[in-house]
Amino acid sequence: MAQRIDVKDLNIYYGSFLAVADVTMNIPARSVTAFIGPSGCGKSTFLRTLNRMHEVIPGARVEGSVSVEGVSLYSSDVDPVAVRRQIGMVFQRPNPFPTMSIAENVLAGVRLNNRRMSRSDAADLVEESLTGANLWNEVKDRLDKPGSSLSGGQQQRLCIARAIAVRPQILLMDEPCSALDPISTLAIEDLIQDLKDEYTIVIVTHNMQQAARVSEQTAFFNIEGTGKPGRLIEMDDTRVMFSSPSRKETEDYISGRFG
Amino acid sequence: MTTTPTRSPQGAEGLRRSRRSGVGSGLFAGLSVGSGALILVVLAAVAAFLLIQAWPALTSAPATLHESIAWFPDKTSLVSFVGPLVFGTLLAAAIALVIATPIAVGIALFISHYAPRRFAAGLGYLIDLLAAIPSVVYGLWGVRVLVGQNGIGQPIQQVLHDVLGFIPLFAGTPARPARSLFIAGMVLAVMILPIITAVAREVFLQTPRLHEEASLALGATRWEMIRMAVLPFGRSGVVSAAMLGLGRALGETMAVLMILSPGFTYSWHILEAGKQQTIAANIAAQFPEANPLGVNTLIATGLALFVITLAVNMLARWIVSRRAEFSGAN
Ligand SMILES: Nc1ncnc2c1ncn2[C@@H]1O[C@H](COP(=O)(O)OP(=O)(O)OP(=O)(O)O)[C@@H](O)[C@H]1O
Ligand SMILES: [Mg+2]
Repeated sequence: MAQRIDVKDLNIYYGSFLAVADVTMNIPARSVTAFIGPSGCGKSTFLRTLNRMHEVIPGARVEGSVSVEGVSLYSSDVDPVAVRRQIGMVFQRPNPFPTMSIAENVLAGVRLNNRRMSRSDAADLVEESLTGANLWNEVKDRLDKPGSSLSGGQQQRLCIARAIAVRPQILLMDEPCSALDPISTLAIEDLIQDLKDEYTIVIVTHNMQQAARVSEQTAFFNIEGTGKPGRLIEMDDTRVMFSSPSRKETEDYISGRFG
Repeated sequence: MTTTPTRSPQGAEGLRRSRRSGVGSGLFAGLSVGSGALILVVLAAVAAFLLIQAWPALTSAPATLHESIAWFPDKTSLVSFVGPLVFGTLLAAAIALVIATPIAVGIALFISHYAPRRFAAGLGYLIDLLAAIPSVVYGLWGVRVLVGQNGIGQPIQQVLHDVLGFIPLFAGTPARPARSLFIAGMVLAVMILPIITAVAREVFLQTPRLHEEASLALGATRWEMIRMAVLPFGRSGVVSAAMLGLGRALGETMAVLMILSPGFTYSWHILEAGKQQTIAANIAAQFPEANPLGVNTLIATGLALFVITLAVNMLARWIVSRRAEFSGAN
């Protein structure tokens, strides 16, 4: 079951450095939301606060609130481990476990939740997840080979398979296609379209066409200068954002004019 | 703002090998090949020295050895003299390794992944200091604290014997005072702890952040993260660390000499006294009083130690390379 995310007055710090300031946004369930903005404006940083991955960096902390279906993620009785089990993540750089085989990689998250799983169930899940990530045909004959033996694009799809194998409620993707060729990119975009019926998807991308193609909402982040915090400039329906954004900065960025 | 790319003045000429970089890399290649060869030469020289010096003992009849060497047992060939020593050496080192490795891995994990940063640095430094303590001091410590009057060695041995006595290893009467191979192994374990910890810690710290985050993002607890990302990545490093420790334990002399009550049998009873002896401790014990043929015999046992150490290292390399395909290296 997909879930809604509400963020209110969020400030994100690395130590004393305020990286992202004052974000308030609502991400609806069962939809694709794209984050766009120039490099360094804090898209990845913000995305990582949505599943409490931000705090694994020493000194990193947040102020403000993030809630999923009304439950505040940062309240003291919430277990960050449980949060991450329900909110999956695909990273900017592919990171399969090099010591595990392709099949083990897909099952890595599932094995954390329930160890006991029959051989055939496991095989089914591997096939289903890899098919979902559009990788099955390429790897079905070498499932026991190490995950690191794949090409970069294949590794990224393996990471997507690993993330969807646990059937998370929400899937966060940080530039999942930045290392992929156009065909794999299209495959992943199709995958995102399929997944959005069941999942809430948030995707960071530098590719405007991609944001326009796959997302229903788009959020534009910007940064005034080095050392300044990144801010959410505006968020709206993707069609509105790309045709008639209400802020000039957004229009400049989307049409490729800067400064 | 636009910038016009400036072309290098030589144009395509710049692609040719320049003289200067050729000299530099040639020198570097020469140096590295040279030092590689040097190591081989040193190794060969050590082996040749041992072989030449041991030759008289290797070629003498057992009867001659017995006649001219006071401590050489009667009706024993050189091989059956060295055998128990090799056995004792390996057993002592194995005891040390079995005790030290889990503790070292635990400390290394604590330093690399659990302890608060400042504390971790201090602790790491302390462990490194342990490596700087001379082995005689460890020997003294072992004699005083473990073996001596009211030493804690005896009660430990008694408990092991009472609880695990059904295992042959812990059968036999526990030694009093506790001059057993087990206690010697315990002291060896403390001695090899720092090197194993230091190497394991370095390896664990090098776990790619990316893999740690991959497991955390799947909802792994810290321990699960360590099992999924850190330990598999560090496995070959831990094997190397253990082998370094093993190398040190195999050759360690003083501590064993001071603690162990020697014997020349193939006994598995590690709690008993007067059953085993190690090669290094035996050389140190006999060398001062040995006549020329006695020295040759001792050097023959040294040759055996040399071969064992080489074999252990090669075994370690093989273990490490066997799973190289799955290591984090690629
Ligand atoms: N681990 C960290 N420690 C300290 N500062 C960091 C860390 N990671 C990122 N930052 C800083 O936070 C700011 C936002 O970085 P972030 O990675 O979120 O940008 P981004 O929008 O994802 O950029 P890109 O599009 O290049 O991926 C930058 O100023 C960056 O230097
Ligand atoms: Mg980023």
